[in-house]
Amino acid sequence: MNADQAPFPLPLPDAVSAPYWQALSQGRLTFQRCARCGGAWLPPRPECPHCLSADWAWEDAGGRAKLISWVVYHVAYHPAFADRLPYNVAVVELAEGPRLISSIVGIDDAETLRIDQALTLAIGQEHGVAVARFRPD
Amino acid sequence: MRGRVVIAGIGHTAFGRLPGRSPTSLNVEAVRAALEDAGIGKDAVDGLFVKFPTSTFEFMYGQTVAEALGIQPRIGGVWDQGGAANIAMIGFAAMAIEHGQCEVAVVTFADNPKSGTRQAYEKAWGHDEVYGWFGVAPGYAMIARRHMGQYGTTSDQLGAIAVACRGHGAANPQAQLRQRLTLDQYRAARMIASPLRRDDCCLVSDGGAAVVLMSAARARALGVARPVPILGFGQGQTSWEVAQRPDLTTTAAAISAQTAFAMAGIAPSQVSVAQIYDCFTITVLMTLEDYGFCRKGEGGRFVEGGRIAFGGELPVNTSGGLLSETGMPGLQLVVEGVRQMRGTANLQVPNARFCAVSNQGGVMHTHATLILGQE
Repeated sequence: MNADQAPFPLPLPDAVSAPYWQALSQGRLTFQRCARCGGAWLPPRPECPHCLSADWAWEDAGGRAKLISWVVYHVAYHPAFADRLPYNVAVVELAEGPRLISSIVGIDDAETLRIDQALTLAIGQEHGVAVARFRPD
Repeated sequence: MRGRVVIAGIGHTAFGRLPGRSPTSLNVEAVRAALEDAGIGKDAVDGLFVKFPTSTFEFMYGQTVAEALGIQPRIGGVWDQGGAANIAMIGFAAMAIEHGQCEVAVVTFADNPKSGTRQAYEKAWGHDEVYGWFGVAPGYAMIARRHMGQYGTTSDQLGAIAVACRGHGAANPQAQLRQRLTLDQYRAARMIASPLRRDDCCLVSDGGAAVVLMSAARARALGVARPVPILGFGQGQTSWEVAQRPDLTTTAAAISAQTAFAMAGIAPSQVSVAQIYDCFTITVLMTLEDYGFCRKGEGGRFVEGGRIAFGGELPVNTSGGLLSETGMPGLQLVVEGVRQMRGTANLQVPNARFCAVSNQGGVMHTHATLILGQE
């Protein structure tokens, strides 16, 4: 199977995660905040992983973040990414606390990034779907 | 229960590409060898603990293996902790023996990802396929990069681990990869998921291994030739995926080792040979730190200068480990630990009284530790 034939692995929103993807399509990165304990998290889940409450609300992220770590793929584990090598995947921590998998844009060489580097949200398009990416400040 | 349960027998199949062999057949061969090594018949086995083949899940797989072995165990089943499962099951089997739930237990694992499917190793993590977040090696690479950034760990230090394990594997006639590696060759090899290169990653292997456990008293009564006492064991787990883990560079190995060393009543400084799960080089480096062989952040310097090679201060993976002997997840490290304590290893560490063995699974999600001693 080559990259032309492989369907791109797009997200499959469910009842819990649909608002997350909907907000991104409107230019907002959101996360969940617990009404009981104040805990904040991503990825979307139906209960607070801190106090198990199901009473929570979506909150907009301010867009400030830092780089926890990143890798640069030199091998494609899915054929849809074969023609993008090398590409990076990063763990990013929002200023509000939640962490997410993302990728870093606006750089020439991902090997020059630094851990804990300041980042800013840069929502991009992937096959017509809005996804949260980040660029170094 | 320190020392009251022993490993009475060890067995394994050939390692490498074994086309046409099912995991069940490989389990039977490994168990047959382990029972022969213990000098007992299969009818004595009343506990059967199986790690299911990683590459293909099969419902009620423990019963499948029991049927192939033609035994009716009182207790057993399949335990799913990824690569930590083998030592975890040895711990559960030892507790079952100690508490009268069974008398003779077999722990076994076999798989054929090299000639069969390896889909389970290449899946996406969580719901982040859209970013291309696939594969096992990149998960470990994410942790390695953070360790490098936090502590200044270098690629050459990871390379020193690969060089040591490959050297041990080259000396092992039964190893799948018998090719020494130099640091220059390590540096020149292609990147898989930066910062991890080809030789940072373990082999993919068909094969199986099994061990037989019983009480020390039972082993004496049966005249088992070379029982190796289990002095301690422990486990540790984190539920957090790599992206959510608050601290990427300290692992469940720490609590697992604390539990095991406390049970064994010894300190890491008394251990002079170790079998440390080396699915990736970074795993060895961080496990050595978390076990207390060196301080957190000093693993890079610890593995330099041949310290973990045969003849060094703490030889690690003396039969080659996952990087060189076989990539099958974990039980071969226990088998080699038993050989070291019996004094029958290919690269025998002189005067080693204790051997620490680690298993871990997922992307450093699960961990299990075994401390072996001598009779």
